[in-house]
Amino acid sequence: MFEADEHQRLVQETARRYAQDALAQVAAQLDREGRFPAEQLRELAELGMMGVNIPEEYGGAQAGAVAYALAMMEIAQGCASTAVTMAVTNMVGETIVKFGTPEQRRRYVPELTSGRFAAGSFGLSEPSGGSDAAALRTSARRDGSGWVLNGEKQWITSGDRAGVIIVWARTQPGSGSHGISAFLVEGGQKGLHLGKREDKMGLRASSTVSLAFEELRLRADQLLGEEGHGFAIAMAALDGGRVGIASQAVGIGTAALRASVKYAKERRAFGHPIGDFQAIRFMLADCDTQLEAARLLALHAAGLKERGRPFSREGSMAKLFATETANRVCDVAVQVHGGYGYIDEFPVERHYRDVRASTLYEGTSEVQRVVISRDLLKDR
Amino acid sequence: MHPVYYPKSHIAPAARLYSSMQIDLTEEQKLLRETCREFAEKELRPNARRWDREHRYPADTVKKAFELGLGGVAVPAEWGGAGMDNVAYALAIEEISRGCASVGVTLSVNNSLYCDPVLKYGTDEQKERWLKPFATGEKLGCFGLTEPQAGSDAAEQRTTAVRKGRSYVINGTKNWITNGPVADAIVLFTMTDLSKGTKGITAFVVDTTTPGFLKQKADEKLGICASPSCTIFFENMEIPAAQRLGGEGEGFKIAMSSLDGGRIGIAAQAIGIARAAFEEARDYSKVRKTFDVPIAQHQAIQFMLADMATELEAARLLTLRAASLKDRGLRHTRESSMAKLFASEAANRVADKAVQIHGGMGYSKELDVERHFRDARITEIYEGTSEIQRLVISNALLK
Repeated sequence: MFEADEHQRLVQETARRYAQDALAQVAAQLDREGRFPAEQLRELAELGMMGVNIPEEYGGAQAGAVAYALAMMEIAQGCASTAVTMAVTNMVGETIVKFGTPEQRRRYVPELTSGRFAAGSFGLSEPSGGSDAAALRTSARRDGSGWVLNGEKQWITSGDRAGVIIVWARTQPGSGSHGISAFLVEGGQKGLHLGKREDKMGLRASSTVSLAFEELRLRADQLLGEEGHGFAIAMAALDGGRVGIASQAVGIGTAALRASVKYAKERRAFGHPIGDFQAIRFMLADCDTQLEAARLLALHAAGLKERGRPFSREGSMAKLFATETANRVCDVAVQVHGGYGYIDEFPVERHYRDVRASTLYEGTSEVQRVVISRDLLKDR
Repeated sequence: MHPVYYPKSHIAPAARLYSSMQIDLTEEQKLLRETCREFAEKELRPNARRWDREHRYPADTVKKAFELGLGGVAVPAEWGGAGMDNVAYALAIEEISRGCASVGVTLSVNNSLYCDPVLKYGTDEQKERWLKPFATGEKLGCFGLTEPQAGSDAAEQRTTAVRKGRSYVINGTKNWITNGPVADAIVLFTMTDLSKGTKGITAFVVDTTTPGFLKQKADEKLGICASPSCTIFFENMEIPAAQRLGGEGEGFKIAMSSLDGGRIGIAAQAIGIARAAFEEARDYSKVRKTFDVPIAQHQAIQFMLADMATELEAARLLTLRAASLKDRGLRHTRESSMAKLFASEAANRVADKAVQIHGGMGYSKELDVERHFRDARITEIYEGTSEIQRLVISNALLK
């Protein structure tokens, strides 16, 4: 119960060593320069990290959802921006494996897992609608055997770097969630316009852009899954995505806690290391306890996913709890560091900014509470 | 820089059908949980409010619980126990406490704080007399560590045991002794050397009928009113040296090791109380109407319920993980403290929200939620306050 097996530990150890030896060394610089971690992502692909839970036949590591969660926790300790880029790419790859035709899988997934595509993107949010995905306005109209795509997407992680973008569009005007379909838009396709790159508080080395589609022509084989099934595909992808973001949050929180423990032992006040003061110790004990709970929630949800069991509620619980916990932990970390927590010489200032996105993307905390309470209150 | 630690091909294992992260309960564990759930539903829930009001220890019902094997869940069958593990124990205490938190702690003390140290540190002769009948549930045990001047700081205790030939003579006072008024024996902590602090603590196992063992009247408490506790005086109580548990000076180690397990029990108790409060609030929200709709349709209520359920899930995972470490013989001090700290504080938040969702009815003795609210409060205090748990956790973190 709750113990990683040998394979899972190998993946975790690989991720840990790369995160500590490579990512942690450059994270501050990538953040400061707002530089996309292209080289790091290629190296992660070589280590199997761009398809941890993707079958070997598509170039994945085929190590399972739990190994993926463990890897994400490690990578996020090194660089949260790289981690979120990796998370979205894994989610896109898994979604194509799950819902794509054999031809679509062969065409796109090995590109993602090998790093030949710098990233994959997930195009659901729009300027006028994030949480309320069923209200999206981007449209795809039939044109011969294919489709023509028009509309706008916003907050698209790696949208300017992606080799493939899953784009959700309305194929039946005036319908609710039933009239939505998913498409595989290829990077550089005619009619795909890159909007501005967002200037963000944190995760500054990840690229977040808006996209516009202007009479973008899609072949018939760019439809993912069946027409009208897009909403279900999005929700299924996000169930897994939320375990990834929960794990990312655990990683950021763990990095902030470790930095704080180290600092508390070194920094002196009133003749003692501040780690001797109960006010500091108890804050750190609470952080450690809550992170442990968050870790178990994330691994529990990943375990359910790995066994093909329903895990919507557990994924949302993990995401809600882990992201809110990680925000509290990073806040404590800044407090423990005092003024040094507020300047960029120490990593906690970056963790504090990076972690703030985690309660917002892939479903805000409020959306998670909607998912959880709906499940609790449904009549059984 | 081009670090390649393990090429992809080395990572890739065959697709596994099994994930060790899953909580996989054995059939035996599931069966015990189901049995306890039924017992709680039938025997505990219908009576718990009355026992609470009358401050009555439900001796007959505790006997029935013992008949289900709940006297020593993790005690091997050869010593009269159910021969199961600590995961099963945690599941059982959660279910029992969901029905009645007082019975939950009665059982938890007998299992974790009485049977466990006798099993771990007792000689076979001691186990024959002081473990078997307690694990089978013929008799009930208690645990005497706390004193009026020494709760969290066990090194400050002043009950003394003085060697006299083949006996010890014990003098002192213990208080807040759960099960004290009804117990048949106690695992008792004394100082055999006042100059040595925690290294001067020695444990004994003592029948409560021993001359000089003086039970005082039961405590009047805020909650868990059907679980009797009391102060005990020891006046020149003479006991054979053969009743010493472990060696002289080993008492502190025995106490701490017992509490590592006890905290799993209290965490499970807290989860049981919180689950009762949560389930009652959830059900009430579907029938109670305001502004023409069931209050469950208001997002303010929905979100409270979502937070309650999430915290309960986190608390249960922490608790089962600590239990699972204990089952594998691994050190679990930190994990038990985390489970106890988080579960007890979460239980208080959950019980508080349950009162809020019930409105005025949550404050009334007509329903159970006000009892859950009172019962939950003790879980942050006994078997190590939240502050003691934070000490334990931060010591591990900052060592």
